[in-house]
Amino acid sequence: MNMALLSLLQQLIIVLAAAVMFSSFVLLGQVRLVAAIHAFAWQGFLVAMVTALVAASDGHGHLYFSAILTLGLKALLIPWMLHRQVRRLELDRHRESLSHPALVIMAALGLVIFSYWLVLPLVQAEMQFTRNIVAVSLAVVLIGLLMMVVRTQAVAQVLGFMSMENGLFLAAVSATAGMPLVVELGVAFDVLVAMVLFGVFFFQIRESIDSLDVDRMNRLTERTGDEP
Amino acid sequence: MAAWGFALIQSLLYLALAPLLVGWVHKVKARLQNRRGAPIWQPYRDLYKLFAKEARMAHTASLLFRAAPYIVFVATWLAAAAIPLLSTDLPTAAMADVIVIAGLLGLARFFLALAGMDVVTAFGGMGASREMFVSALAEPAMLMAVFSLAMTAHSTNLASVVEYQLLGEPFLRPSYLFALAALVLVAIAETGRIPVDNPSTHLELTMIHEAMILEYSGRHLALMEWAAQLKLLLYAALLVNVFLPWGIAQSIRPDMLGMAFVLLVVKLALLGVALAVSETLLAKMRLFRVPAFLNLALLLALLGLMSHVILEVGA
Repeated sequence: MNMALLSLLQQLIIVLAAAVMFSSFVLLGQVRLVAAIHAFAWQGFLVAMVTALVAASDGHGHLYFSAILTLGLKALLIPWMLHRQVRRLELDRHRESLSHPALVIMAALGLVIFSYWLVLPLVQAEMQFTRNIVAVSLAVVLIGLLMMVVRTQAVAQVLGFMSMENGLFLAAVSATAGMPLVVELGVAFDVLVAMVLFGVFFFQIRESIDSLDVDRMNRLTERTGDEP
Repeated sequence: MAAWGFALIQSLLYLALAPLLVGWVHKVKARLQNRRGAPIWQPYRDLYKLFAKEARMAHTASLLFRAAPYIVFVATWLAAAAIPLLSTDLPTAAMADVIVIAGLLGLARFFLALAGMDVVTAFGGMGASREMFVSALAEPAMLMAVFSLAMTAHSTNLASVVEYQLLGEPFLRPSYLFALAALVLVAIAETGRIPVDNPSTHLELTMIHEAMILEYSGRHLALMEWAAQLKLLLYAALLVNVFLPWGIAQSIRPDMLGMAFVLLVVKLALLGVALAVSETLLAKMRLFRVPAFLNLALLLALLGLMSHVILEVGA
């Protein structure tokens, strides 16, 4: 594809898509919870910007609604809710130690290559420029999944889940000019409900195992030695 | 023949401008810290003073210790000569591409580290091992970043990369942005600026570059210092001319060269201000956090390569 054939808006969309991919890596590598929430908010903001720019360049009016919905929900409301819960659970200074940070990042790079390979036939079939972004969005989904696998902290896992949703949304916007508005509203509502449920679960997990480290759920005995 | 003459003049310009950039950065930094600071030509005076002084040697020093400053200086200078400063019409750039430049810098670093270990002081050895530790991580990131430019321009020759940039209207390329970010991080690490190394202290626990040249004096020290200043200018020229090449002369004509010189000075001055601000705002990081810093550079460079393949070429 020749960059010279693209308009300035389309070039901007490509740059922003690359920035979404980078924010996914930032989210994966971030050890501080509050910073990770901020990275997630930036990702939501970037996805909203991509949506608005796709709307502007292709002339799909309803995508503006999706952009505003994404901005409100992913960039503002959900990060705010997570932030509040983290503060309430007194985790704002929590640092999670990843065991092999460089290895995890390399695995994520592998996932990017894999998703590009997966999308290659699709890209070859259609010359529309947004098809390229499908590879990026698939990579964002897979990196979110990887984040849920490698992180043991419940809040970080929720962030991974939410960034997966960002990736799916990006794919929908770039490949098919967005889902119907009804579906999008439904998904947004689902995400919001999921967020509320996660919030309840955070407190439940904390109540029962006194930590949000979900690895501890694998242990069968709660106490050792000091049983009555 | 005129081209070769110009190449010679340009490489002499590198020598002349290198202390000025350092002086400028020091001046801006001093201003930011509410000090008046030394005048910006202070590095020239320092070099002049050091050249006039007698060079003392430790008795344990071998021939290598004596030869290293010359090798380091010449290798850095040769590397600088291949990077377009004012004009892209350079015979040296046609001879030496980016891989050769990285090789020359590697040669300079190798002899610098050897010289550090030659006089068997604890500091020299420590500095050499740290330098190698940092550069082993920085060099792949630098090559990867430059490769993502080379993939776009279909050439590893820097002059062609710059000319490709100037061709047609400017495009927003994600790979360029990633490569720029990666190269900035690598340049900070390689030139020993603040988050990685502090060039203005001689604190035992933190110094890297200073530890290696601790035993040098007189003209040897002057050459080592000058080589370090040259390296800073080399990376600065690489950043401003590859990523913001507008204004660089594409042929050797006096009016174009004059314009290029003015714009170059402005760009380098702005870069110097940015460096001084970042050095004032940031604190030096622990040595064992440097791998994370350079891993970020490598990640950015790899993302640059990938976004070139995925987003820009896209089959």
